Amino acid sequence: MSISVKNISKSFKTVNAVKDVSFEVKEGELFGLIGPDGAGKTTIFRILTTLLFADKGTATVAGFDVIEDYKEIRNNVGYMPGRFSLYQDLTVEENLTFFATIFGTTIEENYDLIKDIYVQIEPFKKRRAGQLSGGMKQKLALSCALIHKPKVLFLDEPTTGVDPVSRKEFWEMLKRLQQKGITILVSTPYMDEAALCDRIALIQDGKILQIDDPQEIVKHFPTTIYDIKADNIYKLLLALKEYKHSYSVYPFGEFVHYTDKRDAIDTKELTLFLKDKGLNNIIIQPTETTIEDTFMELAK
Amino acid sequence: MKRFIGFIKKEFYHIFRDKRSLFILFGMPIAQVMLFGFAITNEINNVDIAFFDKSKDATTQEIINKISASKYFTNKQMISNDAEIESVFKKGNIKAVLVFDRDFSEKLTKENKTSVQIITDATDPNTANTINNYLSSILQNYQQVINKQMKVPFQINPETRLVYNPELKSVFTFVPGVMTVILMLVSAMMTSISITREKELGTMEILLVSPIKPFQVILGKVFPYIFLSVINAVVIVLLSIFIFKMPVEGSLFLLGFESVLFIINALSLGILISTVSSTQQTAMMISLMGLMLPVILLSGFIFPIASMPLPLQIISNIIPAKWFIIIIKAIMLKGVGLTFIWKETLILVAMTLFFIAISIKKYKIRLE
Repeated sequence: MSISVKNISKSFKTVNAVKDVSFEVKEGELFGLIGPDGAGKTTIFRILTTLLFADKGTATVAGFDVIEDYKEIRNNVGYMPGRFSLYQDLTVEENLTFFATIFGTTIEENYDLIKDIYVQIEPFKKRRAGQLSGGMKQKLALSCALIHKPKVLFLDEPTTGVDPVSRKEFWEMLKRLQQKGITILVSTPYMDEAALCDRIALIQDGKILQIDDPQEIVKHFPTTIYDIKADNIYKLLLALKEYKHSYSVYPFGEFVHYTDKRDAIDTKELTLFLKDKGLNNIIIQPTETTIEDTFMELAK
Repeated sequence: MKRFIGFIKKEFYHIFRDKRSLFILFGMPIAQVMLFGFAITNEINNVDIAFFDKSKDATTQEIINKISASKYFTNKQMISNDAEIESVFKKGNIKAVLVFDRDFSEKLTKENKTSVQIITDATDPNTANTINNYLSSILQNYQQVINKQMKVPFQINPETRLVYNPELKSVFTFVPGVMTVILMLVSAMMTSISITREKELGTMEILLVSPIKPFQVILGKVFPYIFLSVINAVVIVLLSIFIFKMPVEGSLFLLGFESVLFIINALSLGILISTVSSTQQTAMMISLMGLMLPVILLSGFIFPIASMPLPLQIISNIIPAKWFIIIIKAIMLKGVGLTFIWKETLILVAMTLFFIAISIKKYKIRLE
């Protein structure tokens, strides 16, 4: 096991940030912690990167205990905090050189590992890090976290505040890194990114709701979900909530996701009901379950 | 070692790319030395005074000439009636009026006694006092000259000799003080700010999750500032020698050694401050309020410690600056060697070790 977390709890002055969390990450796995802001993802990251003590429970990273062997862990992991934490007044190249030096290596030595990422920002290597765009900052931060060839890579919300194209590229890079044998623990509030992980843990309010691979999590969803659309989404939401058979209703993109208390719904009856409520252009169609649906269901 | 050098290199990038800290580092020392050396002084020069001569004879004229000729006073005005005295003071330029009695010369020769009145504007008590003393001594001096011709039966002639600063130049006491303040400011404030900046920007988090050791981080932060502070100390000493003609009687080597000791002392205080504050703002406030004020007010730089109330005298003992000022004054003005200042030196060493010990104990290898 590359990462093993057993019954970790951590509370701060007023909040219980992490409550009895356990999970394991296999070697070479891309594991995602999926949950909204304030779910406790960052606290878990900080406990695993030896920055915080857990109140209860034990954890090991790359076979080292997070408390006793913290020095070994600090030698063997790469960590990219949620906030951009490089030196803004240093250039791209200077940042990378600095982190290579403090990890006792050089850019040349591990260049093949960061090559795919670094070539994209290399044209700007004389630019100060503070003047890079969000996507480029993330690429630089990832390069800096990778420069010493870590066994385990911790990425805390790496794609928050990054444009969709850069996000997609970023995940492609993670996949490539995974193939080089690096274990990756990544957290994200974006449900669409969850599907790209090998396994995910859905987390909310410091508790893990479910751990499985994304397909399995979706497969276990109890009923069929329907995309419903009409000319007035807000009115539609209110109307569906009033419907006597309705189980859950929430907006999802341009549609409203709807589940019924019964196994199958009566499309005609529902259409009539909605027309009665003054809605037009009604579309009702079954749809595929996504991780977000599972999350909404579990978090209910 | 490579790590350490890499870290120091990074620190120098930070310092040289931040215009503000560069200004504090190099602009401030020069500006402060110039300010304290030229503008802020308790000597008097070219003070405007007026004379009200009711006698108008040869003796009064001689005295007036004597006073006007000195570099301390400028004869601005002759007054002709009592009412005018008040009005010249109210205008504000004239700081003192000398009033000679009627028949001044005649009384002096016939009755052996005459009087002259010195009226000073005491809105600034220190200046008034100094003006008073200077005028009195010029008059006394004149009296001695005329007494030489006449025999006086009993006389005590005090012979004063001022040692170490015979010309009573106030810049001689300000330079050691300014040097202390600047070294304290640069060393303590700049290091505490540069360490807390890493905390504030989140880079400390990455440094912690790396093999670089805490003492390497601290030494890496401190080293550039030792270097820059030494440059500052040299600049200040050169300025005071060449511009203010301040003597360095003692050994330059000893002066350098004591300065480095004080710089390290201030740096360890800076590290201590950074361990208790989490933002640059707090670090700056603690440095300014907690260090600068005591250094300026309680170290004996401006106000003599001997004339402070007892509780403040006791507090002044825990201020490193007090001991450093004693040391550099002794070296620069008295020219003493280590045998005379070993006690003060030892106190500084002890304080430094104490601060370093607490900082190491308080330095966090984690986030909480």
